[in-house]
Amino acid sequence: MSDTTQTSTQAPLQPQHGPQEPASRTASRTTPQSSPQHPRLLPLPTRIRRAMSGSWAMLVATLILLATVIIGLIPAFNSQALKQDIVLGAVPAGTDGHVWGTDALGRDVLMLTIAGARTAIAGPVVIAVGAMAIGLVFGLLAAYTGGWVDWLISRVVELMLSLPTLLLAIVLAGLIGGGYWVNVLVFMLLYAPYEIRLVRSAALSHLHDPFLDAARLLELSPVRILARHVFPVIRPVVGAAMFLDMSNALVSLSSLSFLGLGISPQAADWGRQLSDARDQLFNNPMTAIAPGIAIIVVSVAMNIVGDWITARADRGER
Amino acid sequence: MKVAKFIGRRLLNLVILLFVLSLVTFGLLYLTNSDPARTLAGAKKVSAAQLAEIRHQYHLDEPLWKQYAIWLGNAIHGDFGTSIRTQLPVAQMIGQRAWVTLTLALMAIAIALLIGLPLGVVAAKRHGTWRDGLITALAVVGVSAPSFSVGLLLLYVFAVKLGWFPVYGLGDGSFADAVPHLLLPAITLAVGLFAAVIKVSRASLLEQVESDYTLFAQSRGVSRGTITRWQLRNAALPIMTSSGLLIASLISGTVVVETTFSLGGLGTLLQESVTFKDIPVVQAVTLLLATVICVTTAIIDALYTLVDPRLRPSGGHRGSADAPASKEGEA
Repeated sequence: MSDTTQTSTQAPLQPQHGPQEPASRTASRTTPQSSPQHPRLLPLPTRIRRAMSGSWAMLVATLILLATVIIGLIPAFNSQALKQDIVLGAVPAGTDGHVWGTDALGRDVLMLTIAGARTAIAGPVVIAVGAMAIGLVFGLLAAYTGGWVDWLISRVVELMLSLPTLLLAIVLAGLIGGGYWVNVLVFMLLYAPYEIRLVRSAALSHLHDPFLDAARLLELSPVRILARHVFPVIRPVVGAAMFLDMSNALVSLSSLSFLGLGISPQAADWGRQLSDARDQLFNNPMTAIAPGIAIIVVSVAMNIVGDWITARADRGER
Repeated sequence: MKVAKFIGRRLLNLVILLFVLSLVTFGLLYLTNSDPARTLAGAKKVSAAQLAEIRHQYHLDEPLWKQYAIWLGNAIHGDFGTSIRTQLPVAQMIGQRAWVTLTLALMAIAIALLIGLPLGVVAAKRHGTWRDGLITALAVVGVSAPSFSVGLLLLYVFAVKLGWFPVYGLGDGSFADAVPHLLLPAITLAVGLFAAVIKVSRASLLEQVESDYTLFAQSRGVSRGTITRWQLRNAALPIMTSSGLLIASLISGTVVVETTFSLGGLGTLLQESVTFKDIPVVQAVTLLLATVICVTTAIIDALYTLVDPRLRPSGGHRGSADAPASKEGEA
């Protein structure tokens, strides 16, 4: 358990490396696999239905995420939402033409919140994918090479994990002041050590499995072994971590926008909206409620999907 | 002997960490502008002669390593120079505001433990029931909801709609008036924390609930209260240390929460200074907060290993930090 305490030190407070419930583990060991057939051989609808069974929270979460992604992909919303009407100013919800009212610049809160889906999804996805890419490269390198390479990578990772992530991100991203994508880059680099450690230990636990010995005996190239034989085994762990990372990244990125660092004042972004909403609580509370709920819902949805994949990955281990 | 070696190792790690931290903080001066003298001059127009004077005053004409040494020497003595924005000594600005952040943090962690522990205990004792499900769901929402959106929603409901709490700011400046003003921010900050406390306390207590000694005690007819007491004692250590390790998210969280509620603490100071590129203040606050985080985390982490006899360093093993993560610990 000592490893668990080590890991829970820094800002992303996610169950990713948190303590496990022993219940699920013992249960999975005693109950036999429901179907002897290999899951890959089943038709896709059956696989999806089986995967979703008994988890309506997961279903809702997936639908929310899908909806957010699709909305974020439609460019028409963005141009619509940014139309200002300074003369109108902030009007409360229900004013004609504006279901949720407008913000201080006279922008429609509903449209603005819908348009905010783009930055809410794009940044976190890039952060999660980028951090995991770095994590895979260095984590697999450390696990497979061992020796001084492993030692060096592990020490650097340990050091970076001890640094306070959010605090440094606020200071670094704020002082660089390069906008949204610089913030994304800063978080990608700050999240990478978590992934390196995750990938390294996941790979290490399989490194002496017979199937890898067989692959080595066949004298396959290290890159091929890692890509075709090690990666598929650790893929569930990687997938779970990426969703939990996205949830973290959404919260962290919008924290920066909320603090007024990075994103331009005109852009449609939930964190930015909330920051402006601080002065509008009396005029039009929807300016705070709409993006506030949106962030919470999407972040929780990402977390639920991540937790669910983690639980499945744990069961798959056996 | 083993213990001394263990403490020595941890101390060395901490020193290296603080060294890197100071390097990063020092480097902030060079992050904004290739000419730090211009950064230090602030927004006003300066002549070449004035720039040269600033360069001399801040030892910017010295080699880089010497600049760092001078800066670190001053920083250790609490001298971070003067603020570009207010022209006040940085140490004075920090001194005036530190109590706000400290009070807020202490209130938040007290609330988080007060709410999180009982809920975690209930969830573990009644695991698998609807109560467990509800509490776990609450924890998931609490962990993923960003504090500023929670804060604004609370602000709207309890301050604007119901009028139970003051809206923004710190009141008339006295401590007695500040505490009610800090209550809503502390609750906001506690939301993220108590979710984490629930997760940890539920997980560690669940281990005890499912243990053999619990089953044995139950079958021998030991009273439920007594069993709970034993379980709590066994689970207490991981709960307490994990809660202590929340310090990092607590302190980073104050920056956001203070800004949400317009409290004049170190968090808002950092946010304003970052926006104004007031480097000396940014350096000082960053170094202060990060040092507090790193030192407390290191102490708690070491204490945990030393206090728990099962983890105490013994022969043959390398420090627990180096032990390869087991399958169970990861994923």
